[in-house]
Amino acid sequence: MYLAEVVGSTAAIGYGLAAIGPGVGVGLVFSAYIQSTARQPESARITQPFVWIGFAVIEVLALLGIAFGFIWAGAAA
Amino acid sequence: MTGQSIVLAADVPFPPSVEDFYLPSILPWGEHGSYWFTKIMVLAWLSVAILIVFFLVSYRKPQLVPTKKQWLAESVYGFVRNNIAVDMIGKEGVRFAPYLTTLFSFILIMNMWAIVPLAQISPNSHIAFPIILAVISYVMFIYVGFQKHGPSYLKHALVPPAPWFILPILVPIEFFSNFIVRPFSLAVRLFANMFAGHMLLLVFTLGGFAMVSANGLLAPVSVLSWAMVVALTFLDFAVIVLQAYVFTVLTASYIQGSLAEGH
Repeated sequence: MYLAEVVGSTAAIGYGLAAIGPGVGVGLVFSAYIQSTARQPESARITQPFVWIGFAVIEVLALLGIAFGFIWAGAAA
Repeated sequence: MTGQSIVLAADVPFPPSVEDFYLPSILPWGEHGSYWFTKIMVLAWLSVAILIVFFLVSYRKPQLVPTKKQWLAESVYGFVRNNIAVDMIGKEGVRFAPYLTTLFSFILIMNMWAIVPLAQISPNSHIAFPIILAVISYVMFIYVGFQKHGPSYLKHALVPPAPWFILPILVPIEFFSNFIVRPFSLAVRLFANMFAGHMLLLVFTLGGFAMVSANGLLAPVSVLSWAMVVALTFLDFAVIVLQAYVFTVLTASYIQGSLAEGH
């Protein structure tokens, strides 16, 4: 007897979980940028490329989640 | 090409899948499973043509007081040269500015097809294109490193200044991150962004149709779904520009890492 049954792809749940880390990470990057710019407005231009590099490096984790969700979608029935 | 867009059919295939990225071929018309000449192909060649023709035409007769086209071309080049190449790499960066500008404008045009009406799919949402772009950057920063440091580039890239007993752990990590993760993440980042962007638009567009055909009561909600499509198109535009910028900045930063003097 089944009490509860989950139908469909659990990849959606998995991706939701996988997006937590990058979400926190991207938030930290921009909060650090805003704080540093508020303290030293003249440093805004200097730190900007690093903001985008950091953002991109963290963001890729979430994007890997999207890509692997589709790659492994066929493997697990 | 217009015949290949989604038709207003009652049985819309609702959850969009990876199959939706493999459009029917143009020559022979409408055939599935033949990928020699598709919309993706047309858009890729079109991007190359636009890029070459635009820069040639706008710089054919350079004038002291620039014309509109020349101004646009110069500001794109000036932006990449000053804000990416020189900012990231330093004075030596001017040498790489032409490549970085080509890279930036090519990715920008390729990505822009994702929101151009009637095109609405970016060639970059097929991973083959980002992989080639990443391989070019990868070979380039390694080549530049060997050119600058000679064989000691390997030591420069792999051995960070650390106590000797920690090196057995650090060297494999450095190797993994510099020579394996870098090209992989460059390619996957660009690909996954364009893929996810197209998927989001598909979900909300097809979702609207699915709700209309599923239940008359849900019809008003489908209007909301299509309104989301408009909003997401603007979001996609931001992502498009950002990804072109990020790819270029990361390439510049890898080149800078190869050129840097010893630790």
